[in-house]
Amino acid sequence: GYLDDQFVQLEELQDHANPNFVEEVVALFYKDSSRLLLNIDQALEKKPLEFTKLDGYMHQFKGSSSSIGAKKVKAECTLFRDYCRAGNAEGCMRTFQQLKKEYATLRKKLEAYFQ
Amino acid sequence: MNFGRGGKGVGAGSMSAAVYGGVSDQFPAGLRVLVVDDDPTCLMILERMLRACRYEVTKCNRAEIALNLLRQNKNGFDVVISDVHMPDMDGFKLLEHIGLEMDLPVIMMSADDGKQVVMKGITHGACDYLIKPVRIEALKNIWQHVVRKKKNEWKDLDPLGSGVEDGDRPQKVSDDADYTSSANEDNWKGTKKRKDGEEEVEERDETSTLKKPRVVWSVELHQQFVAAVNQLGVDKAVPKKILELMNVPGLTRENVASHLQKYRLYLKRICSAQQQQNGLNLAPQDAPYVPLSSLNGFDYQAVAAAGQLQPQSLATLQMAGLGRSGSKSGIGITNVDQKNLFCFENPKSRYGDGRHQQQIANAGNQPNFLHGIPTTMEPRQLAHFQQSSQSFGNLNIQVNTHATNCTSLMMPMAQQQPRGAILNEVAAGNVSRIASQLNPSNGNAGGLVRSVVAENCRGQVYNPVVTQGSSIAVKHPAEFSCSSFPLASTPRIPSIMSKMPTQDDINSRLKAAGGFVPSYDIFSELQQHKSQDWALPSVGLNFDGSQNTHPVQGNFDVSPSVLVNQGISSDQKSEANRNASPAGSVTLLPGQANGQTINQRQSINQHLIGLHVESLPVPKVDRDQNLNSQHTLYSEQFGQDDLMAAILKQQQFGLGAVEPEFDFDGFPMDNLRV
Repeated sequence: GYLDDQFVQLEELQDHANPNFVEEVVALFYKDSSRLLLNIDQALEKKPLEFTKLDGYMHQFKGSSSSIGAKKVKAECTLFRDYCRAGNAEGCMRTFQQLKKEYATLRKKLEAYFQ
Repeated sequence: MNFGRGGKGVGAGSMSAAVYGGVSDQFPAGLRVLVVDDDPTCLMILERMLRACRYEVTKCNRAEIALNLLRQNKNGFDVVISDVHMPDMDGFKLLEHIGLEMDLPVIMMSADDGKQVVMKGITHGACDYLIKPVRIEALKNIWQHVVRKKKNEWKDLDPLGSGVEDGDRPQKVSDDADYTSSANEDNWKGTKKRKDGEEEVEERDETSTLKKPRVVWSVELHQQFVAAVNQLGVDKAVPKKILELMNVPGLTRENVASHLQKYRLYLKRICSAQQQQNGLNLAPQDAPYVPLSSLNGFDYQAVAAAGQLQPQSLATLQMAGLGRSGSKSGIGITNVDQKNLFCFENPKSRYGDGRHQQQIANAGNQPNFLHGIPTTMEPRQLAHFQQSSQSFGNLNIQVNTHATNCTSLMMPMAQQQPRGAILNEVAAGNVSRIASQLNPSNGNAGGLVRSVVAENCRGQVYNPVVTQGSSIAVKHPAEFSCSSFPLASTPRIPSIMSKMPTQDDINSRLKAAGGFVPSYDIFSELQQHKSQDWALPSVGLNFDGSQNTHPVQGNFDVSPSVLVNQGISSDQKSEANRNASPAGSVTLLPGQANGQTINQRQSINQHLIGLHVESLPVPKVDRDQNLNSQHTLYSEQFGQDDLMAAILKQQQFGLGAVEPEFDFDGFPMDNLRV
């Protein structure tokens, strides 16, 4: 259950004319999300936390994650945003760690998928 | 994919296709879609999906680039899909721009599915709102928006629109090789009528002089439209009568009908925006006006319209606004007074109630822009505004009677303004009020102006009211923080400040008008500031006539600033600002700023500030140099009122709050409290 129906949609978009579509999308996702994660990491180091900014980053991250169907990662994003809105720094930090773990797992799974 | 259009684009055949916007016999294949999203993953997926639907896709990751593409290639796209959250420009702003400038259907999308955001999309005129992740099924149907829009246009242009027979089609289109009505017929069975109409139209286009199916609502045309609507009364305005009143050859009832629809939407948007912002009920009298705040770009139009100041500008603004069907007038006015435009509607209804105006005048919610105005715009916050707006609205009505157009515009404006929102309204309302004042009863000529302003705020093209020359002089410039934008029909926003028709002008106008709604002057001012597309009618600016009735004179200056603030704040917040142009936001300038629309806001604000200072002492002339130039039409009341409103607003907003750039603190208007 790491990927949801959206991923299936992507698979369906792949055809003989676009044989590597899914792989391309995922590669793009990695690139973009790495950048975002880095930004979030940096932002989380600032004290006090800038929740609005973090929320913004996370919104973006959530958007891309959902585009490829990364269900669990997306769930963590939502949680993170909730904490942001509540101004809960501790919660944000924790959730982010969790998010990174999910993200790492996802990458591994996808790599296996593409083999 | 072969699109009749895509490939050919030439010759008769392509004409049809071209006319249709690329609808070829293989429609919806070949639909030209522009996708804008800063997320590359999403962009890639969308592109792939759209291509899978056989559409012609162009993708873009920045709003600015997208706008440039659209501008360079006005007829190059059929539909735009845009993300809401983008780093360089807010999606709603883009939406407004597109609606105003190109009048293309725009679909918003976002991972955010909150009701507020979706509502925002709707009020800004988005044709549809998709929640991410977007599924291909959702994209398969987007062609419906294109057809729908075309259909409306066709109807406008082509009287036969609905009556065309299939049989005719084939023959007629036979000229257009590509068109192949037969193909169309197959595809469009369902939308046959439309198609027929379209085809017919196309045929006609080719044969007749009607080249484009779309009617281009120029500023002037829009002003005429608004004038007619105001004359009839917003609620009572029916396309047929409007058409008669306008008396424009070649214009069909359908054209008017669809334009009216957009106008109404705009008004509503303004009103609701204002309402939201203000939280005040619009009115004891006009609740509808409130939306001012939402008017962002549109307000200018409204203002413009009202003030007719700059017929062109207003028209432009409004058109844009209308074209957008609401949306965000990112154009510049944006925050400010979009609502105003809609608010006009309210006033319109009020229009009939001359009494209301009076009442409103008394209410004087507005920050005392209009000194003389009975309405006494108190600095109170919008709440007052609303009331005042109402009164203004009434005023406008009264005034309008003279001006007819102006007041209608004004009215709504007055009502709406909850302060931020009200600005627009105020502008409008002021105008109206002023107008009404001018008129015998209130003596607030300024009211008129305001209305105008308010209208402008809306951004919608309401040039209308003011243009009539009604001295909408919405005095409430101060109040109109929102509306200020609209005032200036001429987009000249930045100049708005200057424009704010020097109160003198306004005063004089008012006098002269005797209830004329100078509002346009204000608009012109606004427009000036606006420089954006908004042709804010410089309506209010005409302040030539020193309005004697309104003490607004001093206030006018305020308005400009108010407007400016709004504009500015709006910019900043973009949407948020609009409505409430929180303190300081331009809203002050109902009269003035309107034209300024947001972009200009900054400049406007500055102007405002300047205006404030200047305007206060000098009711008119000083205010708006621009204004005067712009609209000499309405000057009277408008300038003054607007200025006043603006000033008042500023004060209210605590000028300080307004944009720091303005340094409003100079404003003496304490009453402004918005």
